Amino acid sequence: MAVTKSVLITGASRGIGQQIAVQFAKQGAFIAINYPFESEKENAMQTLHEVQNRGSQGQIYEADVSNLAAVEDMVKKVKMDAGSIDVLVANAGITKDKLIMRMTSEDWNQVLQINLTGAFHCTKAVTKEMMQAKKGRIVYISSVIGMIGNAGQANYAASKGGMIALCKSVAKEFGSRNITANCVAPGYILTEMTQNLPKEATDQFMSRVSIKRFGTMEDIAHAVLFLSSDQAAYITGQVLVVDGGLTL
Amino acid sequence: MTREEVLQKVIPVISDKLGIDEDQVVGDAHFINDLGADSLGLVDITMALEEEFGLEIPDEDAGKLETVNSMIDYIIKAA
Repeated sequence: MAVTKSVLITGASRGIGQQIAVQFAKQGAFIAINYPFESEKENAMQTLHEVQNRGSQGQIYEADVSNLAAVEDMVKKVKMDAGSIDVLVANAGITKDKLIMRMTSEDWNQVLQINLTGAFHCTKAVTKEMMQAKKGRIVYISSVIGMIGNAGQANYAASKGGMIALCKSVAKEFGSRNITANCVAPGYILTEMTQNLPKEATDQFMSRVSIKRFGTMEDIAHAVLFLSSDQAAYITGQVLVVDGGLTL
Repeated sequence: MTREEVLQKVIPVISDKLGIDEDQVVGDAHFINDLGADSLGLVDITMALEEEFGLEIPDEDAGKLETVNSMIDYIIKAA
């Protein structure tokens, strides 16, 4: 796959975001590693070390994606450090799982604000730069939950479904500027996030996965790298489901 | 700011955003019909000029600025 020049990955201090950074680093890209707040800085540094160990350059950037001003500030800094932003991977996300009967407006808003509004903020900030360059790649990390829903995850499902609709709109709005936007929708992936799911849910998911294993973070990262590559230039507004057959 | 001063600042912005030669950016040129702008291009130009002149052009005004001249008139009035 072609070398990508500069990649901004939100929520890259841990989990899937970190793994995406590591896989991009193998291509020799500049990796902008976003993390949300001070207490994640050490993890972000760890991601940076992993990137540097693979011979790539990078930098860490603190910004809460739910804050537009902070995101715009971060994008400016990345532009200064890397010279351009060729790829945005909108990955930052949280869960606050509860049954709707127990879910507060705060639980709902917080998840929507970070997962969906955060993706909008990042899109708004980077497209300005990408329009100027007349090229760009945006990959949203959605979820199969955004397509099929899940009991106990109404807020998360709504945010991830919203990302798909956002992605399709971005694809239409910026297609004429050679900017593509696609989603990767992970299924059941082994991460810290899925460790917190109740065993009942885990067992139920597993029984439906065709490829009889849970997905790995590498599985997701490879899909992201493909959608960011020159080979995917004519693919836009799509959802690439990486779930081992879970949603079939 | 004189009309000429505004014009000299506006021309490179429009030329850059639309990817056209500077000498195509003449006063009576229509952004869409003559310069080939689309809606996204117009927004891009408007935002760049807002930044250049440190002013805010509300959407309801921006929608009426269809030619280079009308844009310059607006900037002179607002700046």
